[in-house]
Amino acid sequence: MSPGGAEAKEAPKYTKKDFESDQDVRWCPGCGDYAILSAIQKSMPDLGIPREDIVFISGIGCSSRFPYYMNTYGFHTIHGRAPAIATGLRVARPDLKIFVVTGDGDGLSIGGNHLLHVLRRNVNVTILLFNNRIYGLTKGQYSPTSELGKITKSTPAGSADRPVNPLAFALGCGGTFVARTVDRNIQHMEEMLRRAAHHKGTGFLEILQNCNVYNDLAWNVMYDKESKLRYELRLEHGKPLLFGPPDDRRAVIMRGVVPTVVGAKDVPESALWIHDEQNVNAAKLLADLFAPDFPVPIGVLAAVEGPVYEEIMLQQEQKAISERGPGDIAKLLTSGDTWQIS
Amino acid sequence: MSKVAAPVKGNGKSLKELNRAVIRFAGDSGDGMQLTGEQFTTESAWAGNDIATLPNFPAEIRAPAGTLFGVSSFQLQFGSQRVYTPGDRLDCLVAMNPAALKVHLRDLKTGGLLIVNTQAFDKRNLDKAGYATSPLEDPALGERYRLHRVDMSALTHEAIKDLPLNTKEKDRTKNFFALGLVSWIYTRPLEPTLDWIQKKFAKNKDIAEANTRVLKAGHAYGETAEIFGEHYTVEPAEMAPGLYRAMTGNRALAWGILAAAQRATVPVVYGAYPITPASDILHELALHKRFRVRTIQAEDEIAAVAAAIGASFGGAIGVTASSGPGIALKGEGIGLAVTAELPLVVFDIQRGGPSTGLPTKTEQADLMQALYGRNSEAPVVVLAPATPGDCFFVAYEAVRIAAKYMVPVMVLSDGFLANGSEPWLIPDPDSLPPIEIQFRTEKEGFFPYLRDPATLGRPWVRPGTPGLEHRIGGIEKQDVTGNISYDPENHDHMVRTRAEKVRRVAQEIPPTSINGPATGDLLVVGWGGTYGAITAAVERAQAEGTSVASVHLRHLNPLPPDLGHILREYRKVLVPEINSGQLVRVLRAEYLVDAVGFNRVRGLPLASDEIYDALIQLLGSQA
Repeated sequence: MSPGGAEAKEAPKYTKKDFESDQDVRWCPGCGDYAILSAIQKSMPDLGIPREDIVFISGIGCSSRFPYYMNTYGFHTIHGRAPAIATGLRVARPDLKIFVVTGDGDGLSIGGNHLLHVLRRNVNVTILLFNNRIYGLTKGQYSPTSELGKITKSTPAGSADRPVNPLAFALGCGGTFVARTVDRNIQHMEEMLRRAAHHKGTGFLEILQNCNVYNDLAWNVMYDKESKLRYELRLEHGKPLLFGPPDDRRAVIMRGVVPTVVGAKDVPESALWIHDEQNVNAAKLLADLFAPDFPVPIGVLAAVEGPVYEEIMLQQEQKAISERGPGDIAKLLTSGDTWQIS
Repeated sequence: MSKVAAPVKGNGKSLKELNRAVIRFAGDSGDGMQLTGEQFTTESAWAGNDIATLPNFPAEIRAPAGTLFGVSSFQLQFGSQRVYTPGDRLDCLVAMNPAALKVHLRDLKTGGLLIVNTQAFDKRNLDKAGYATSPLEDPALGERYRLHRVDMSALTHEAIKDLPLNTKEKDRTKNFFALGLVSWIYTRPLEPTLDWIQKKFAKNKDIAEANTRVLKAGHAYGETAEIFGEHYTVEPAEMAPGLYRAMTGNRALAWGILAAAQRATVPVVYGAYPITPASDILHELALHKRFRVRTIQAEDEIAAVAAAIGASFGGAIGVTASSGPGIALKGEGIGLAVTAELPLVVFDIQRGGPSTGLPTKTEQADLMQALYGRNSEAPVVVLAPATPGDCFFVAYEAVRIAAKYMVPVMVLSDGFLANGSEPWLIPDPDSLPPIEIQFRTEKEGFFPYLRDPATLGRPWVRPGTPGLEHRIGGIEKQDVTGNISYDPENHDHMVRTRAEKVRRVAQEIPPTSINGPATGDLLVVGWGGTYGAITAAVERAQAEGTSVASVHLRHLNPLPPDLGHILREYRKVLVPEINSGQLVRVLRAEYLVDAVGFNRVRGLPLASDEIYDALIQLLGSQA
């Protein structure tokens, strides 16, 4: 089996163009989704999976228009339910490579329950959550990732609810692969897409995405050149948590169980926090780091192995068939207590 | 293994022959009344009788002992002729405590057999049941009914006093005393219950021994005690020859799906969230992994239908089930399947509502929800089984139609069918119609919404098929190409096309079978689980020389093509339903006939007596 679970079929040599559908893309000009679409189309040939074995499933929202633009199989479903639909598809068809495209509203509000359970079950699907901290398709209401006090049409005096952190949520649900990337960092995004897609189990990738119409520059901390230099923390397995410009390198270290920012030169090398993708507890601490008090981690927070839902289910099925043979309805109907009337 | 029941001989006491009998076992929900009833049913099946059953239990798992709302009961009717219902009035009531007596006595016929467990009639239980004094001391009780006071608790303990079981364990076997006693009274064979005890308690010999002894003690008590002057036999029913088994509605639905999966040779994905009274379908299907049925206990009702839809998109048969509240939650998902034009089977095991309502009681009030309970116009095919065994055929038919027409099919069962059982003539699976599934693989000329001219179904393409990559979704799409379209005329066309596709399922409906004269004074039209009660009432009226017929609808959407014609062949039309008048409204709207409803919504099956009264009244009315 190849990483996505798809049968090892020889895939043709694809180019990005092979994954572009004939549909006109209908996002607003300047939307961050364009860059994501392009990165995904570009990284598809690297998967080495025949195009017909790839399915994109989405719910509702701007991000959820995604499947229409991919020249693969696609299903644009209903608000929030894509993870549940993908679960059913995966159980029926473990030979397919399935992507779920969702957003902060679709995935964490109306579909929060399904996102929880797909992660907990560790169904073998790749989930791309475009987080722009706003409801775009419904024209600009605050979303579950909007900051407290967010002023929108539906919250003219500022929102009263605290935001949910997608990474912390995913890890809390038992996610076995949790990563973050940024729509304006094409190279990193492509690398993260590959990593997420190759993960066995649920690959969860948060993509910080810009809605230039309703929430422009919500992630400016990662867009502005200077700020990015100051705050971006690239997570790399086996490397220390160092960030900041060359003249002001800083480190995130652990004081007890409290992450703390210090000058890189002020601590001995032995005190550095070495990133370990296998350490889910550390990942949970990393998930909560954010500017301005902390750097903004991007990359793979956690990548661990876990029992995969549909694999267990299919093993049970295979075991039942190998032990007792395939089901036979005629035998079943006449099994147990029966009586003859003549 | 098949068995033939040996006739049971009497013991010299007067043995009377009956055509039929209606018995109810009633006690605390912890008294094992469901088990007692089920075993008595099996014994009656062995005796070759036709049977209909009605389990009735509280929603609480262990309701406080001795209370009125904690009473659990199991009723059955068995007969030497066709038995259509569990019966209206009781010939025999077994009351294990005062609460059971209080709740159920009103259903016992005057002169009926009343057996009470006297030891349970203590002050504490009398108080809980709201009796100021013991009803057993009221002479009127014994005058009105054939009352038998039996100290079942003491006799049970006496029978097993030397076994190393504690008091509670011993006390728990007293339902087998009642079963043994009633088995003697109605000359039922004990073998099936003795077999069952051996199997069930194979690992606990003492419990097996206790139940065996207590069962026999109850039987011997009837045989030797002076108080039972006579007992009864019910001759085997004239039933079609063949191999029979007892079948409940929920199991039949599950097995219908298994039969369809085997015939269609594609996997089934069954998404469900636990809900009474549908959960048993999930339990049953989860046992049969060998049929490639993959059961998902989903996180909620919406995920359950979503998983089924995802599976259908993948080329499997997606099935989901629930009861009314869960169906309401699935509505948006069902709408997606309507517009994505994917096959989907949805079982609705109706129960009393609205909201949580009466979870363990039956109702037929989801017809409108099935027909219209989704946003916009989202027509689905709606089928309803008539009896527990019929659920098997309807489930199979639902899969067949869903796959052939690429359309969701809803099946309206109910709590009565789900838990009720009947002797079921085991069908030959080869005699079932084929389920023809042809996944499209041909690239040439492919469009996702290209339609079959006969069914209007669109092609079913399994992802993984090279060259047929395509996208579908919930947004309105252009016919044929499947491209997103907001064109007004196209939308109008698609609304009509989705409706027409469902209408075309009428091609599948056989001519309506009429029970009675093809033309006459009164036609009774029913659907679903009221079949037995309606048929019994109509046949009684027919036997009295009235010009009455009945039809029972299996297809509720689309309706049978010949129904409009049939309705006009009778002066009057009566539609009995366990709702406030849903089918009657559809019939009036669809056919402009002056159909009249007979409606009771009590959480109970309709009684054939009350339907009979209603039809006699309507026959006699001048209007």
